[in-house]
Amino acid sequence: MTALLTFTVLALVAIAIWQMTKIFQLSQLKTEHTEVANDSDNNTNGYLLFAFLIFIYGITIFSFAKYSKMLLPEAASEHGGEYDQLMWVSFAIIFFVQTITQALLHYFGYKYRGQEGRKALFYADNDRLEFIWTIIPVIVLAGLILWGLYTWTTIMDVNDEDDPIVIELYAQQFNWTARYAGEDNVLGDANVRLIDINRANVLGIDEADPNGGDDVIVKELHLPVGRKVNFKMRSQDVLHSAYMPHFRAQMNCVPGMITQFSFTPTVTTEEMRRNPDVVDKVKRTNAIRAERAAEGIPNSDPWEFDYILLCNKICGKSHYNMQMKIIVETEEEFNKWMAEQKTFKENMTPAE
Amino acid sequence: MSATGHEHGHDDHGHHHKETFITKYIFSQDHKMISKQYLITGLIMGFIGIAMSLLFRMQLAWPGQSFPIFEAVLGKWAPDGVMDADIYLALVTIHGTIMVFFVLTAGLSGTFSNLLIPLQIGARDMASGFLNMVSYWLFFLSSIIMVTSLFVEAGPAAAGWTIYPPLSALPMAQPGSGAGMTLWLVSMAIFIASSLLGSLNYIVTVINLRTKGMSMTRLPLTIWAFFVTAIIGVISFPVLLSAALLLIMDRSFGTSFFLSDIFIQGEVLHYQGGSPVLYEHLFWFLGHPEVYIVLLPALGITSEVMSTNARKPIFGYRAMVASILAIAFLSTIVWGHHMFISGMNPFLGSVFTFTTLLIAIPSAVKAFNYITTLWKGNLQLNPAMLFSIGLVSTFITGGLTGIILGDSTLDINVHDTYFVVAHFHLVMGISALYGLFAGVYHWFPKMFQGRMMNKNLGYVHFWITAVCAYGVFFPMHFVGMAGVPRRYYENTAFPMFDELTNVQVLMTVFAIIAGLAQLVFVYNFISSIFYGKKGSMNPWKSNTLEWTAPQEHIHGNWPGEIPHVYRWAYDYSKTYENGEYIIAGQDFVPQNVPLQENEEELNH
Repeated sequence: MTALLTFTVLALVAIAIWQMTKIFQLSQLKTEHTEVANDSDNNTNGYLLFAFLIFIYGITIFSFAKYSKMLLPEAASEHGGEYDQLMWVSFAIIFFVQTITQALLHYFGYKYRGQEGRKALFYADNDRLEFIWTIIPVIVLAGLILWGLYTWTTIMDVNDEDDPIVIELYAQQFNWTARYAGEDNVLGDANVRLIDINRANVLGIDEADPNGGDDVIVKELHLPVGRKVNFKMRSQDVLHSAYMPHFRAQMNCVPGMITQFSFTPTVTTEEMRRNPDVVDKVKRTNAIRAERAAEGIPNSDPWEFDYILLCNKICGKSHYNMQMKIIVETEEEFNKWMAEQKTFKENMTPAE
Repeated sequence: MSATGHEHGHDDHGHHHKETFITKYIFSQDHKMISKQYLITGLIMGFIGIAMSLLFRMQLAWPGQSFPIFEAVLGKWAPDGVMDADIYLALVTIHGTIMVFFVLTAGLSGTFSNLLIPLQIGARDMASGFLNMVSYWLFFLSSIIMVTSLFVEAGPAAAGWTIYPPLSALPMAQPGSGAGMTLWLVSMAIFIASSLLGSLNYIVTVINLRTKGMSMTRLPLTIWAFFVTAIIGVISFPVLLSAALLLIMDRSFGTSFFLSDIFIQGEVLHYQGGSPVLYEHLFWFLGHPEVYIVLLPALGITSEVMSTNARKPIFGYRAMVASILAIAFLSTIVWGHHMFISGMNPFLGSVFTFTTLLIAIPSAVKAFNYITTLWKGNLQLNPAMLFSIGLVSTFITGGLTGIILGDSTLDINVHDTYFVVAHFHLVMGISALYGLFAGVYHWFPKMFQGRMMNKNLGYVHFWITAVCAYGVFFPMHFVGMAGVPRRYYENTAFPMFDELTNVQVLMTVFAIIAGLAQLVFVYNFISSIFYGKKGSMNPWKSNTLEWTAPQEHIHGNWPGEIPHVYRWAYDYSKTYENGEYIIAGQDFVPQNVPLQENEEELNH
């Protein structure tokens, strides 16, 4: 079916190309044929430039109308709100400039399309005009730079104020592991050289470090809402990137180095599932999945919204499926969940 | 200044050595032949690169589906016609490498620098014809090695075109990091040598071999662009060479420049103390200027083509030159914006945000100047002109989203998503390709003895390409903002991306149509070489010197004396105060025409 459809499309395109060549040819029948554009070429292409402007606007409007609902829902972290705001202001500026410049470019292309005997204006310079369109971007960009840098400095300032919970995100081909710092809220020292798979020390935690004993290693990330989280990222093999799009958070995981990122989740998973945008998205997605299920395609169970941690730095064959579920919950739920987890010490197989 | 040297040089050209087939067509030292060699090699590589993109676009639109064409082209990498995840990454990697380096660096800059520098500055040839020949053959050798790497047992390099270690350094991390990666690195090392030889030659030629009267401020903007591009290349390519050499060391001789603390497949490796972030710095120290190495020649070509076809001088010549210089300078200090979230110090991120957004200023000036050049012109909408207008359009659309990516804050959530892919494809990929096409349509008569390409096929080629380019890359921004990471073999592992599959299908259909439209170009190009209609000596009524040279290629470019230059290249539609054209009945004054009486002289 797809093959047939593709074939049909291709055949139609081929015919269209053939026809378009014909049209271009016919439009020049009367004049002597050279490969240099003549008045009728200029006319045809001038009108096409104008049509192209409408096409650009059209595809912009189409994309917004059809796709903007597919974008990420509102940010679920404290700094995310500011991020989104900066993003929308930048977009407003971009679309303003885009609309005007494309209009001028294509309209001029249409308006001043060549004509035998028309005299172009010899206009080589205008210092004032050039000054104006140098200074305007300077001012606008200065504003954006200042705002952006202020936000950046705030986001990237990872500190110990406000009693943050410390969590290590540990990346390897092709899965994630999280390590909570435990009751002392200090991560035990770790190095890949200390990894001992046989004794369940998969993260290479230094057994001699007293801070490490109460660390909790899990495969699902639980975060208490409203509490700042300081993430420490590590990787054991290649570069990975911890990407948490719903929280507007991302940091690479670099072997041989500990990187960090910090944010405060503000919306629990439950609340986010009730967000009208998310409800709609889940509905649409499940309609697609139901269709797939009807056709007997695997991987088509109904979906329930969850925050997700993705790998966003090419890391090998299964890069496309390196993920971990994130659950944001209330303090009580979190504490309850945490109490059920075993510490590193409890999990370790004793040395022989 | 070097006029006397030329005249002596010309004496030598009087008695030609007998040329054999080999010295004329293969080991030629003539810049015109070398430029054709670059162009054709570049186009063949482009064919491979674009074909690869169509394959992986099909996989993205119809994930996991079986296509007979996959099995036919990919063989064991597509068992039963279903594309393997490793080969997907390999396709993406080689597509990027080929398009950026082999097509848009060598194919674009190599072709037109070689063709136009001697012809437009009024020189008999490059400063060193021999080095020029070596440069091309090194490029050819590196192309052969790159293509050979597609056929090695474990598959070609697959770590992304940026080949970040440790993924690219450890054969156990992915099969493509074995022999395929070794060949990739060898190929690139040779490519860099080729590029450096070429660039040095361009710089020396522009500085020393300009004809009498051709001051720097009278250079056509093409030459300014090629000249500055060559300078950036000389500054930044050696850094990539050092990165490649250190990576080769890490891979083959056990050093630890980029590697540390690695545990993979059940064992700890001995590497200690290196840093992948160091590699990222070295790579992007070239990688970012590379964007401008690709783009500036395209912008230079656009300036020339646009001014000629608008029958107007380029608006703000000096501002254009200043913008090129500013972009060139800034391009070498913005590389860190590829690394905001690499783990480097956030303060560095602030500095790079600042420099990056600065570069938007000269870019904006260029865009406005192009638009003003069109204003009140008499636009001859030849295919080359349409591609130039198209370039300005995609340059603006793609460049604007750079404001988002260059802002370290906003980069956090769109970094490495399809938003980035959409941005750079529009601003450097499509724009530079348009520049390449504009150049080919415009200077085809200069390359192939006066034969011209068919304009109707050119129009068809342009309009389908222009519509499809936006059709592919405009919706792609939305995919990126929905959070879809790049370099994912398929997006089905995340239900949140399910509804975006439709967008992928749309993009892929546009991509396939765009790919087919390039066949129109291929046909037009080949058939015009043999059967193209011969035009006049100066078919576009252009001012620059190359059109004063005879259509038949001769060694030394001009029979007799090299033309002298008396004015800048942009005296289109220039009039006396009474409104009459300077040369009655023609709206252009070529550079070799002396100033006329009563003619107002500009500061050039």
